[in-house]
Formats: sequence, C-alpha cells, structure tokens
Amino acid sequence: MAFEGLSERLQNAMAKLRKKGKISEADVKEMMREVRLALLEADVNFKVVKDFVKTVSDRAVGAEVLESLSPAQQVIKIVNEELTALMGGEQSQIAVAPKSPTVIMMVGLQGAGKTTTAGKLALLLKKKQNRKPLLVAADIYRPAAIQQLETLGKQLDIPVFSLGDQVSPVEIAKQAIQKAKDEHLDYVLIDTAGRLHIDETLMTELRDVKEVSNPSEIFLVVDAMTGQDAVTVADSFNEQLDVTGVILTKLDGDTRGGAALSIRAVTGKPIKFTGQGEKLEDLEPFYPDRMASRILGMGDMLTLIEKAQQDFDEKKAAEMTQKLKENSFDFNDFIEQMDQLQNMGPLEDILKMIPGMSNAPGLDQMKIDPKDMGRMKAIVLSMTPQERENPDMLSQSRRRRIARGSARPIAEVNRMIKQFNESKKMMSKMNKGNFEGMDGLFGNGIGGKIGKMAMNSMIRKNKKKMRKKNKKR
Amino acid sequence: MGFFDKLKSAFTSEQPEVTETTEKYEKGLEKTRKSFSDRLNELFANFRSVDEDFFDELEELLIGADVGFDTTLKITEALRQEVKLRNAKEQSEVQNAIIEKLVDLYEQGDTTKQAIKLNADGLTVILFVGVNGVGKTTTIGKLAHQYLQEGKKVMLAAGDTFRAGAIDQLVVWGERVGATVVRGKEGGDPAAVVFDAVKHAKEQQTDILLVDTAGRLQNKVHLMNELEKMKRVIEKEVPDGPHEVLLVLDATTGQNAMIQAKQFKETTDVTGIVLTKLDGTAKGGIVLAIRNELQIPVKLVGLGEGMDDLQVFDPNEYAYGLFAQLIQK
Repeated sequence: MAFEGLSERLQNAMAKLRKKGKISEADVKEMMREVRLALLEADVNFKVVKDFVKTVSDRAVGAEVLESLSPAQQVIKIVNEELTALMGGEQSQIAVAPKSPTVIMMVGLQGAGKTTTAGKLALLLKKKQNRKPLLVAADIYRPAAIQQLETLGKQLDIPVFSLGDQVSPVEIAKQAIQKAKDEHLDYVLIDTAGRLHIDETLMTELRDVKEVSNPSEIFLVVDAMTGQDAVTVADSFNEQLDVTGVILTKLDGDTRGGAALSIRAVTGKPIKFTGQGEKLEDLEPFYPDRMASRILGMGDMLTLIEKAQQDFDEKKAAEMTQKLKENSFDFNDFIEQMDQLQNMGPLEDILKMIPGMSNAPGLDQMKIDPKDMGRMKAIVLSMTPQERENPDMLSQSRRRRIARGSARPIAEVNRMIKQFNESKKMMSKMNKGNFEGMDGLFGNGIGGKIGKMAMNSMIRKNKKKMRKKNKKR
Repeated sequence: MGFFDKLKSAFTSEQPEVTETTEKYEKGLEKTRKSFSDRLNELFANFRSVDEDFFDELEELLIGADVGFDTTLKITEALRQEVKLRNAKEQSEVQNAIIEKLVDLYEQGDTTKQAIKLNADGLTVILFVGVNGVGKTTTIGKLAHQYLQEGKKVMLAAGDTFRAGAIDQLVVWGERVGATVVRGKEGGDPAAVVFDAVKHAKEQQTDILLVDTAGRLQNKVHLMNELEKMKRVIEKEVPDGPHEVLLVLDATTGQNAMIQAKQFKETTDVTGIVLTKLDGTAKGGIVLAIRNELQIPVKLVGLGEGMDDLQVFDPNEYAYGLFAQLIQK
C-alpha cells in the first residue's frame, strides 16, 4: 500500500540521518517534509498542512528536538500534540433548547449519510438520554428518501413526520415542530436533502428552514473519505448556515480521515460524533486524540483499551486467569474468548488500534473474514462436551466425525486443533513469565520504541481519565 | 448546457465568498460563460515564462484536486520534461504541450477503452459497485434513461436489499424512465435478486440489464464476498457477462479512492469508473492516479441532478477542467 504511517516515515528518514551523528536544522526540515507527506496522504487539505507544518517546525527547530536523543520520536510527539490540540476537545453533548422541542437540522452533500445518521442520532437520544425524538422527512428530492427514513423509524420505533414530496421543506419543518409541541416530543430531527454547497437555490431553502425552525443544533454531516475539497464544502456550509457541529461518517472504512482536521481548522466547529458502522447503534463520540493518531497511522490504543474494558467480564477474566495458571484451558474457553474478541468488532480494526501495528507490513492486505471465526466455532460446537474439555482425546476418527458435523474439510479441523495446542503452549509459557513466544507475534516487539511510547502515553492518559472519574465520585 | 459549459461552470464557481442573492449568482454564471480558451490564455498570460513558480503552482493545484502526491510529482516532472524537450517558449506552445502531455499520461496510448462495452447480439449485463453514498442508484437511473432514449429495452435489478428505502429508490427511477425493475425482499439475498433479474431479462429479450448493489466499504470482507457471489451468479447465467463492472466513485473522495479501486478490482474485476458529483467543487483527481496504477479508465461522469447529466468521460475536457482553477488566482 502506498500509505505508511508517519512513525514509519520518520523512522526511515531518521535511519538516513543516524549516520551523521548530529541533527541539524536542515535535517529537521527533511523530517518536516515527511510530516507534510503523511498529512497529505491522509487527505488533510494542503493549505491546512502548510500552516500546520509551520507551527510544528517552529517548535521542532527549538531545542526540544535538536538536543534530544530521539529526534524522530520528539517530532512525532509534537505533531501528535499539535494535531490533538487543533482538533479541539471532546464535545459530544447535544444542545437543549430552553423550551421544548429542541430542533436539530442535518445538512450536507449527497451521499454523506445524513438520513442514516439522523436515525442513529434519534436512537442515541432515545436510548441513552431517554428522550422522545421525532424524525422529520424533509428530503423531498431524492427518490424514496422519505421511505428510507420511514423504514428507519419503524426499525427504531421512533415516529417519523412526513408530508410527502410535494410540500416544501419549510412547511414540513413548521408542521413537524407543531406536532412535536402537541405531542410533547422533546427533539425534532430534520433530515434535509443532500445538496451541493454551490447550489444557491437549495442553500437558500436550507436558510429558510433554519429561519422557521430555529434549530439548537445544525450538524454538518461529512463523509470521512472526503479529500481536499472538504475545506470548501465545510467552509461554505458553515458560512451560509453557521453550523454548530460536524458528524464524520463512514469512519469504519480504512480511510485516514484527514478531512476531520481540514474541517476543524477551517470552520473551528467541533466534531461531535462519528459514524462507525452499518448498525444503527454505531454512532460514537469524537475523540480528538484518537483521530490524531489515526491520521498519523499511529494506532488507537485508547479505543482498544476501552473496547476491551467494555466487553470484558471481570469475573470471567478471573476464571480465565485461574485456568491459565492451571493450564486447563480447553475448547470451551477457546470459544468464549473468541466470542469476546468478536464482540469487540472486526479483528483487523482491533489490530490496527495497536500502535505500530497499523503499519506492520502486510496488515492492510490482511483481511479477517468474520465467517472464519464462525467456522472455527462450528468445529468446536461439533465436538462432544468431553472432547471440548479434553482435547487430547481427539483421535483421527473423532476428527473425521467433527469435520462431517461442522461441514468443514478435515484439514481445517486438524489445522484448528494444531493452532489451539500452540496457543495453549504459548499461554503456559507466558504464564511462567516467559514472553519469548510473544515476540514473534508483533515482529519487532510492538512497533519498536515508538509503538511503546505511544502505548505508554495512551496508558498515562487513560490513568488520568480514571483519576478524574474517581474524583467525580 | 453542454458538457463543456458544465465542466466550466463546475470548476469556476468555486469563489470562496458566496454571493448573497440569486441575482449575483446569475452574474457569476455569466462570467463563467466566457470561452474556455480565453481563460486558458489568461492562465498562461499570468505566467509569462514557464518557470519554477508555475510548476509550484501547478503542483499545488493538482494536490488540491486530490490527484495525490506521488502522481502529482510524476505529472509535473513529465510536464517539465515535455516543455523542455519541445523547447516551448510561446504561450500557446506551452499550453498545448501541457494539455497534450496530461491527456497522454492519462490515455497511455489507449483510447479504445472509454466506451461502455455492449453485447451487440443479446443481453448486456452491467454491474454497479462502490462504497456507500457515491450515487450508484442515481447513476443507474440516468444510464437507463439514456439507453431507453436510444430505443433499447432496459431492465433494472434492485440488488441493494440492505439499505432502508434503496429498493423503493430504484423502483421510483424505473417508473420515471419507464424500465422494468426486478426486486426482491428487503433484507433478502441480493444474489437471488440478480439470478431472478437475469432470468427475466433473458425471457423478455432485454437488451441491457443494470444491476444495482448495496454500498459497501471495501474493508468489510463479508460484504465483499457477497458481491463476489453476485458476480459469480451473473457469470454463470450469462456466459460472457458481466460485460462491464463499473465502480462508482464520488469525486469528493480523497486518497481512499485508490484503496477502493484496488479492493473492488480484486473482488469484481472492475472494468471502468463512473465519477459522480463532478458538478461540485471537487475534481476527483485521484482517477489520474488510479488510471496510472491500476489501468482502470473513467467511462462516465456525473455532472448534475438531471436525467441527462451523465456524460461520456473525455480526458481532454477533464484536463482543461483541472487547469481552469489556476486562472482564478
């Protein structure tokens, strides 16, 4: 793949410099070139990159970098800090109007994901905040846009207001708000039609809708894959409507998402949520530090930790540890672990979150089919309870039976049992405090020093957060 | 408005200050109606000689058009060489050298691939693939309209059984343009829909079958496998089909488009690209890089919301369009 993470880029640049022994200002310049390239490859707008690189250069040329023993890491640290700072704080709360209902408008280009996001947002309001939202179908242009919202409403059990596609969006908004008032619904989410920011007629229509509905929030919905043009689009929407926040969609793809930085730099408006998947629950708050790491290809340790915490049952974990100690790890535990891993999301996403792994060679080619896990499960489930508890009793004839039972070739059954035994061996090694077996897993440890540094800093940040949480209690 | 004017207005209405009234807007449009060669001349007048400044600006322009850094360097380097080689000093010479070289780079001496391949005697099947929200269904609607205008018998297959309202969207298009739509149940197996559609298309002696699919991100393996299955069904039922697999790309997409092209090519052997939403301010320059690296040509471009706004891609005009922006500086 053409994209490599910034850490890798800088390491390569540094490898050349190391022969020199001393780092000069010119060398910093060379490193800045790599920073610039990494950002451009991540789709950060080139004008934003220019300004950004200047800020970073100024800091880097200072004593901070030149005199440090690990200039590359220093530069990454500075870049990461500046990026996070530029991206602003975490702001995922939704404004509330002093008088109910609170109106939220969704605006953006065609195909950004406004309708889906409106559905996700409504679900979030309903589930997490116990609100009563009303979805309003104001996209009267695209064929079946209203049906789409109505279907979503049915799936989510959230009312949808529509007047068909012959009534102007302004009128629809007006009547929807009245309905919300009458029925004591506290949020009105207006799904508008996708439009080009240069389409004057349609932009005027949006301004009119804004006028009559007096929204507390106007969310600009932007596709995370957007390239250099993100700046123009965001700037234009913001100028004409004064948006209150941005929602970045399709972040579950493999884009770096540099558009986030461009938009933030140009509009100064916070990115409040991110769309992370096809399911309607997949709307998450925006974390600037994680986004910074992602843009730089540095992994996202925090999300990983959080996901692990979220999906980790402590009691089960204690049981597991015990089992590991006794070395009585069996196929039942294997299935359980696999389920846990699956709950955390697609495996390749999880791997990418580990610092240093995002640019491990070949990782981007590595695709893990969720079905593979299902197949492995099928194999285990075709075993008898005794076999699961005592893998050693799996004779050839038993294996053949399992293969038939799970409809998998015998070779696959054999392979899986072999893998199981190997991981068991590795675990018992780890248990004895011998981590040698792990080395092979991550190539040169976890992405070399930089990976470790990133991981340490993430852990530190996490600790800080935990402390804050404890204080609040 | 022809394609040429459209491209022009698309590329030139990017004034940062947005005019307040429609009146102003119309004036703005008028401005863009100035002939294109005028504008190009202006560009080269701004740079009396083709010096480093010119190439720097060109570089920024190309990066700003999402061409990508590597390809940008490749292009500017080639242009530098070309200008030197021809010893071009006159404005018009430089201008031609650059446009020609750019088109050359794009076409790589191969101009035959641009047109959509149709099966002259029998059923033509065209499969549409791409990520979410790029405009697959809309493109199908527009293309169906064109083929119907040409007197062909067109059928549409609603292979997006996943997204809410997607089937309805295609059905509305079918009604609008007057094409039969084969549909299954929402949430059903899309491959089954494709199978039915092919069967019906054969029975009814349809000329062209356009197959819609659900948008999917290229890193979702199970969804890509589903797509592969749909293609297999077509291959099995129509011996030389699908005759085209068109990857629909949103012109606003940045460098990720390259990964999209790679992944979709791997699973479905993409034969061409439809570049949509070119009527905005984005230029979709990544198609140059895609063409260079993967040899996938752009076949169609989407230039607006109207039914006739789907046009055959013309590298010449596209190259002019890329340059148009330089003039505004």
